[in-house]
Amino acid sequence: MSTFSGVGVSPGRVIGPVLQMPGAVSEPPAGEKWVESTVDAETARLKSGAKNVQGELRSRAALVSGDAKAVLEATALMAADPMLLKSANTLIVAGTSAERAIWEAGIQVADMLKGLGGYMAERTQDVLDVRSRIVAELLGLPAPGIPASDRPFILAAEDLAPADTATLDPDQIIALITSSGGPQSHTAILARALGLPAVVAAVGVDRIEDGTELFVDGAAGTILSEPGDMERTAAATWTEQSKSLATYTGQCTTADGHRVPLLANVGSGADARKAAAAGAEGVGLLRTEFCFLDRDTEPTIAEQAAAYREVFDVFPTGKVVLRTLDAGADKPLPFLTDSTEPNPALGVRGYRTETTSPGVLGRQLEAVAEAARDASAEVWVMAPMVATADEARQFAHLCSAAGLTTPGVMVEVPSAALTAESVLKQVSFASLGTNDLTQYAMAADRQLGALANLNDPWQPAVLHLVKLTVDGAAAAGAEKSVGVCGEAAADPAFAVVLVGLGVDTLSMSARALAAVAAVLSSVTLAEAQDLARQALAAPNALDARGSVRAGLPILETLGL
Amino acid sequence: MIERKATVASRVGLHARPAAIFAEAAGEIPVEITIALAGEPIEEAMDASSILSLMSLGASHGDVVVLRADGEGAADALDSLVRILETDHDA
Repeated sequence: MSTFSGVGVSPGRVIGPVLQMPGAVSEPPAGEKWVESTVDAETARLKSGAKNVQGELRSRAALVSGDAKAVLEATALMAADPMLLKSANTLIVAGTSAERAIWEAGIQVADMLKGLGGYMAERTQDVLDVRSRIVAELLGLPAPGIPASDRPFILAAEDLAPADTATLDPDQIIALITSSGGPQSHTAILARALGLPAVVAAVGVDRIEDGTELFVDGAAGTILSEPGDMERTAAATWTEQSKSLATYTGQCTTADGHRVPLLANVGSGADARKAAAAGAEGVGLLRTEFCFLDRDTEPTIAEQAAAYREVFDVFPTGKVVLRTLDAGADKPLPFLTDSTEPNPALGVRGYRTETTSPGVLGRQLEAVAEAARDASAEVWVMAPMVATADEARQFAHLCSAAGLTTPGVMVEVPSAALTAESVLKQVSFASLGTNDLTQYAMAADRQLGALANLNDPWQPAVLHLVKLTVDGAAAAGAEKSVGVCGEAAADPAFAVVLVGLGVDTLSMSARALAAVAAVLSSVTLAEAQDLARQALAAPNALDARGSVRAGLPILETLGL
Repeated sequence: MIERKATVASRVGLHARPAAIFAEAAGEIPVEITIALAGEPIEEAMDASSILSLMSLGASHGDVVVLRADGEGAADALDSLVRILETDHDA
């Protein structure tokens, strides 16, 4: 029996066989020639490899629907594309091996697409992916990407990239475990969105042999091979509990009746409908990037208004907090952001793009106002990455010019938390984005597994910034509201601390609503305040988390 | 050589899903079909069954393209492809 420990990022206890995510395909050596073959045999070998990859992608496309299907179908066409194969065949005629030929042809085509810019440039990754698949096929290696299996499995990897996760099927995969990555990595965010148990930064799990049976505890952050009776019981209990946790009706209160509205983070009308079905009282974070992604030009006001209106209409009596365009860093947009910045996380992103591309924000606010005009939902608007009271004032002016009455700011830059009183004097509310707030407070990149301990919202420094924001808002005026819309709000123990610190509303993935509500209803406001004090006083993140969890026995009972 | 002109109806132009639908249809037709932007010389015409060629053509919504083919069934084949181009697949 061997055990691995890492950071638990999404609760749940399961048992199943593990499959490793295959590593990246390595580049065939430059100048590699075909030997003991002929031009005809080598081109035929390439063609059949390409056809096999095409067939594999087509059969995967047949299993999914919507955008994922369209992407896979287009990628399948690329695999045996006449242009790609023709360039490769020219190289084969000159003596190059099929593997090297398709590798170079892929680069040529990718460069050509990149040169065209915009939407085409964004497709270069698809061409390079297809090329790697063909090389793997020719060499008899496992295809890159999520392995296929006829029974549910635990997916192990070094880390998962957004591209890997696009095709991840939550009915096939029962847990995610990675040797790298932090609590805010794509793996963690995806796992929470899908409600899959997950452990990240568990050194060694990327070397466990395929098929090994494992027990994964996504709350404790542990992985165990050769599970025994105890683990089987724990997994069975979790399966039962997760069913009961799935029935939440909305209206969250603490044990003594203190109301804590639970809202959802959504990125489209479809998300919003799912969130409403899961019991969300409204939307605490409407990401508007969905209107802008995959576009090389700005969407029109009418297009935007229609998309926002779709979300507003899901919550006719609720609140919808819309975040204006948050481009830059990990969400580049060709018409707004400069991809050559040396340090995009500290670059022109979020509200800051207003300084380099003025007008886009004004038009977006106009679209929001138009969508809100006949909607009955309460529409609040906030700007991301606001660092100063001046920026908050400018944003409030833009909102009022557009006819929007409830302007707010995201607090994710530590300076905004430190000067919360001045900032909140300019706007009606603040929403804490714990992912970025943690990254900036601790100066630790969200994606780096090596910094997982620093990039932890339980760090007392981050908790102090939350408290400063709440205190600053109270000093700025009794009616100023403070919410949290970061991933951390989805951790039930952390949610208790946030409520104890005085946060008014919590917004999270729809999947997490029931668990958070169950745990909040087990404590009084005074108990939550006491746990928050303990967390603030803790010397480190581990102790903060440990002491709060020790004060919440319901977590153990529910397996959270 | 038979020629047909068509106006690209898809809002996003001839890439993404519309390009995939068109390339797939062109690939299923036994005759070889080329595509070029109207006004471009014939030697710049590209293989209509190649999604990568279609993407590099860069035809936007409202652009006119020229389809060309030879041989038996060419006329019918081109007519069916014109219908695909003149349908908005994003609607």
